[in-house]
Parts: sequence; structure tokens; C-alpha cells
Amino acid sequence: MTTTTIPAPSAPWVDGKRYLWLLSPMIPVLVLIALGVYQATGWTFFAWGGPILLYGLIPLLDWMIGEDPINAPESAVAQLENDLFYRGIVYAYIPTQFAATIWGAYLVVTMDVSLLDYIGLIFTVGTVNGIGINTSHELGHKRGEAERWLAKLTLAPVAYGHFFVEHNRGHHKNVATPDDPASSKMGETFWAFLPRTMIGSLRSAWGIEKERLARTGDSLWSLKNENLQSWGMTVVMFGALTLWLGWAALPFLLLQAFYGASLLEAVNYLEHYGLLRQKGADGRYERCKPEHSWNSNHIITNLFLYQLQRHSDHHANPARRFQALRHFDESPQLPSGYAALILITYFPWLWFRQMDPAVVRHYKGDLTRANLYPPKREELLQRWQGAKLDDGKPALFPGEHATHVAAKAGSGRYQCTDCGYIYDEKQGCPREGYPAGTPWAKLPQTWPCPDCAVREKPDFIPVG
Amino acid sequence: MAYKKWRCLICDFVYDEAAGLPGEGIAAGTRWEDIPDTWTCPDCGAAKSDFQMVEA
Repeated sequence: MTTTTIPAPSAPWVDGKRYLWLLSPMIPVLVLIALGVYQATGWTFFAWGGPILLYGLIPLLDWMIGEDPINAPESAVAQLENDLFYRGIVYAYIPTQFAATIWGAYLVVTMDVSLLDYIGLIFTVGTVNGIGINTSHELGHKRGEAERWLAKLTLAPVAYGHFFVEHNRGHHKNVATPDDPASSKMGETFWAFLPRTMIGSLRSAWGIEKERLARTGDSLWSLKNENLQSWGMTVVMFGALTLWLGWAALPFLLLQAFYGASLLEAVNYLEHYGLLRQKGADGRYERCKPEHSWNSNHIITNLFLYQLQRHSDHHANPARRFQALRHFDESPQLPSGYAALILITYFPWLWFRQMDPAVVRHYKGDLTRANLYPPKREELLQRWQGAKLDDGKPALFPGEHATHVAAKAGSGRYQCTDCGYIYDEKQGCPREGYPAGTPWAKLPQTWPCPDCAVREKPDFIPVG
Repeated sequence: MAYKKWRCLICDFVYDEAAGLPGEGIAAGTRWEDIPDTWTCPDCGAAKSDFQMVEA
């Protein structure tokens, strides 16, 4: 589906998604409803409401409804950014998030909960708090003190306070380079990535504050340490709940926090997989460009995630508010919304089968330009280097895509990898100005396919 | 006049007037005022207005 940018209007531009954004702060509300039904009925289905929503309902809706055709024009961005309705949409997440966490803990301690239900509740409450990290993300990128404090507050229930420090000053700086613990490498399974990013991000956040506090002359262990501020909020919250409900509450709180954080890391995993910024002559990595993030334009997950999936625009404009983020056709696209893909990250064989061809396609067969997982580097280069793949958007589970075509010597026929048009030297292409007999070598590298114009000469493959 | 440094308040990137940013076409010795207002922090995209001069 192509995205239309509406030309600068004489009347103010109207955001077609304005009221649909209520879906983002609906997540904790839906979980509160599930907890309510569970408390009243004890039905296991509702204890598992979080995963059913995230892994079941949302991917189904994504698949049914598809992609988002709306991009706000640049002329409307200022109006969108200043519209306080959208701030409310973000702030609204927080009270219900806290309510869901407190109520969840209350239920597991006071109800006679089966093991299956207990596990379900860990996932359900963890889903709210994991997605809460996305709320924190939106707030933490803003400059105002109030929003930055809310960003730290919303990390309290998920015990991931260091995200506030690491995300802006670590991840955005090092994204899509091997130095970033939160950028996954091609060939790296989610299960190898998870400890690397959790430990690496923690260490990085600690180091960033250590350096900053040394500069300001404050003590590393003072409340000026932004890691300690946010972790402190977790300690206060979990401590208060444990005091009230007893020790049984604590393992629940810690486990749901871990699951929630793992959701954030699964999203990290799929956002930059295999993508690499190149190093310049001055030793600095190039600026982060649209090609350095995976995106998804599937509307339903976007509506639940404050449009996080328009990730390229986010890295290009980190301070831009979610409602103004744009889709770029030319930036790398995932085959589906994040919700479906998170499930797939858990099964490396499925993930590699889906995404490795996409990385190869993105780098046009030159994997030396990709961010490769060092233990698998040789194996990956052996398998993929120089491969020519079918182009077009990757479909979910397409099977093997690589078409290693050995050209018959002197066949003189070259096929467009998008539409199948064949340039046959014997016939030439007179309508393009190449008479019969024009050798392939004579055509310029920039020559677009005469049938579809989507691909150019370098993307053609020799065919028999 | 001595060269100054400017720090990004969002991500701590430091622009050093003496060094410039040759990779971005900003020559060594380029003063902060002479960098275009449309320039953004190379590490995090913050605007010039989000930078603070580093006191020596």
C-alpha cells in the first residue's frame, strides 16, 4: 500500500487517527478489565489476557487490517506537536499501569491461584509494564522536566530505571553499530541477544552516569544519579507492596518485571537486526539514517504502541512526538507488525528463515556491510555473500528465496528481479533506444527496468 | 578568542570548535554561531538549541 502525503492544505490538516490513539493507553485498561473478570470468575483465560492480546488478538487484527496510508504533512507537524490531546494520550497510560500492577499483586496473594493462573498473571501484568517502557520512551525523549520525571516513574513497575539513561545517551548514540548492546546482529539468536542487551545496557547506563557525575562533581551514590532515582522508585513501590501484601508479592513483582523487560528487548531485537552504520574516514560512524532501522506500517500495532514502529523517522528525529512520525517507503520494512514478530523472535530458526533473506536483500548481497554476529560471520558469508534475491516485500514464511542462477555462457539474457521482464541482447529494447544486438554491458548502470521501473540494471540477474 | 566546546543536553555529544566535524563538512575551527541553525546533533538528532556551552 503506498503512503500518500497530503499536500499543504488551506484548512488545518485533520488527523484521521486522532481518536484511534486512545488504543495506546487502552492496554492497561484492557488488563484491568481482564483482572476484574478473573477476580469475579477465576477463569484462567482472563489470567492469560495479556499474552492473548499481545500474541493473539493484535497480530490477527494487524493481518486483517494491514497498513497505514496516512502520513502527516510537514506543514501539520507543529500543530500536531502542540496539541495537548496527544500528551494526555501518553500520560493516561500511567495511572492504569500502576493500578494493574497493584491489583495483580493483590490477586496473586489473596486469591487461591493455581500455578497456571499465577504464570498467566505474571505475563499479563508484565505485558502492561513492558509496554509501559514504550510510554517511558515517548516521555524520556522530551526536554521538559515534568515529562522526564514521568518517564522515570513509568519505569518503576518494570524495574528498568536505567533505560532512561541508556536509551538517549547510549542506544541513540551507538545504534546499528557493534558497540550498541541493544542492536542485534545478523545470526544472533534472541536468546543470545537477551543477556547481552540486559547486562550491556545496565553497564552502559551506569558508566554514563558515572562520567556525568564526575563532571558535575556530584557523588556517584547521590540522588542526582538518574539510575538510582528510577531504581529507587522501584524499590519504594515493590517495598510498599511487599509490606502491605507480604513476601509472596515480591517474586511475582520481580518475575512480571523481568518478562516486561524481555518484551522491550524483543522489540529492540527486531528493530535494528543486522543493520549497520558505516564508519567514515574520520573513524566516526555515519549519522543514523532511515536505512538503519526496521519499520512496520501495520496500523493496529502502531496504534497500540504510540507509533513506535515508524522507527526510522524516530531515529532521524528523536524528539518528534509520536503523532507526527512518518512512514518512508524506502526504509527497510518488516513483514508484519511487532506483535506477531515478537513471537517469531523466540524461535531462532523461524526468525532467521524470515529475516536473514531480508537483510541480504537490503544489502544487495554484500553482507560485509551488515552487522554480523562474529561467531557466525564465516558461515553467514559462505551462505549469503553475493546472493541475488527476489525483490519486493518479504512475505511471512516465504521459504527459500535465494535464486543462485548460473548464467549460460553467452546467453545474453537478463531478468528484472521484481517484475520478470527479460532484456535479450538479440532483441535489444528499441523503445528505450537500444536497437537489437545492443550488448548488456553498453546499458548504463542507472537504467531502470522498462516495464516496472522499480529495479535498475545492477538488480537484473542473468538467465539462461 | 579561545575555541569553545558545546555539549548536547540530550546525549552528551560534545562539539569542539577547534576540531570541527570534517565528516559532516564542518571545518576545524568553525565557531558554533557559524554552524547552520538546521544542524542537528549527529548522535541523537537534538537541535542546536539543546546544546550548552561547556564552561572551561
